[in-house]
Amino acid sequence: MKEILATIDTWLADGKRVAIARVIGIEESGPRDPGAAMAVNEDGEVAGSVSGGCVEGAVVTEALEVLATGVARRCTFGYSDDQAFAVGLTCGGTVHLLVEPLDW
Amino acid sequence: MSGEIYQELRGSILSGSPVGLVSVTGVADTAGASTALAAKLLIRPQAVVLGTLGDPELDRVVARDAAAMLERGVSGTRHYGPHGEARREEIEVFVESFVSPPKLIVFGAVDFTRALVEVARVLGFVVTVCDARAVFATRARFPTADEVVVDWPDRFLERVGASLGPRDAVCVLTHDTKFDVPAIVGALSTSVGYIGAMGSRRTHEQRWARLLEAGVPEGELRARLMSPIGLDVGARTPEETAVSIVAEIIAVRSGRARRAMTPLRDAKGPIH
Repeated sequence: MKEILATIDTWLADGKRVAIARVIGIEESGPRDPGAAMAVNEDGEVAGSVSGGCVEGAVVTEALEVLATGVARRCTFGYSDDQAFAVGLTCGGTVHLLVEPLDW
Repeated sequence: MSGEIYQELRGSILSGSPVGLVSVTGVADTAGASTALAAKLLIRPQAVVLGTLGDPELDRVVARDAAAMLERGVSGTRHYGPHGEARREEIEVFVESFVSPPKLIVFGAVDFTRALVEVARVLGFVVTVCDARAVFATRARFPTADEVVVDWPDRFLERVGASLGPRDAVCVLTHDTKFDVPAIVGALSTSVGYIGAMGSRRTHEQRWARLLEAGVPEGELRARLMSPIGLDVGARTPEETAVSIVAEIIAVRSGRARRAMTPLRDAKGPIH
């Protein structure tokens, strides 16, 4: 979280709306521990990361939808047995994220 | 717009003050609760709790548990009933504890110290350089250190030793036994997680003998003192040496000091 605060400051000063995605749980392997955070502004600019680069693209899409609707959501990325998820971690793990507007 | 909780969280993180952030990460359909996904509590020691999860009893129970987790510096997921009941699963919260950054104390204001200060700062350590010689321990020589102190190692550790814990580190780079021995003895009397001392094999052997003479049990030295300091990566320059020292601090903290030098290519087992 600390490493993205300065970027969030500049976005807020410019009047941009910001969403935050945070790792809230991992199963099996995961490159970033719970608490790893990534911020996305309304222009799709990014600070921080929640994986080793595997799911960040999909998280931007989720974050922009969260900003559009104003409603937080929980997202899961990983390969399950039935291949239910479109985007996964190449390491084979599963990562759970909370994606929310920074309105608190 | 960001509000009071974010501003308090931001301020605490930037000032290194302990703070806990509770977020609701799951609400079962059956909960019938007034709790919403992403609802928040902000926990600070000896301060009023900010925010609400939507139910006063849930707030009270979760705030109590999150304060205990912040005290221990741990983060994690917990489950409750809609009104904070134990052994229920309807409400899931993620508790993130932000604790003050780890501390590194470097004894010896030598050239290797300057490089170690810079590399440790990259890793997020708050770094203090301490040397009894006022001509060497100057702000001008260590511009990136958080603190430069002119004092004897044992006296300095008497003052700050009680604040050191398992995440903190002490590096002794003087390789002069009259500084080294009191610094190491002082560091061993704290619960600091990493103690390393620089020196050649010969310096190391002489220092080891002096430490035994000073009454330090040999088992204690073997268990806690990393000497000669650093991982064997073939470091020569101060910068390379600093990387080998900081890598060893990470290895000791993660309990992998004995196998840390195995390249991942040749090791088995999970990477993370």
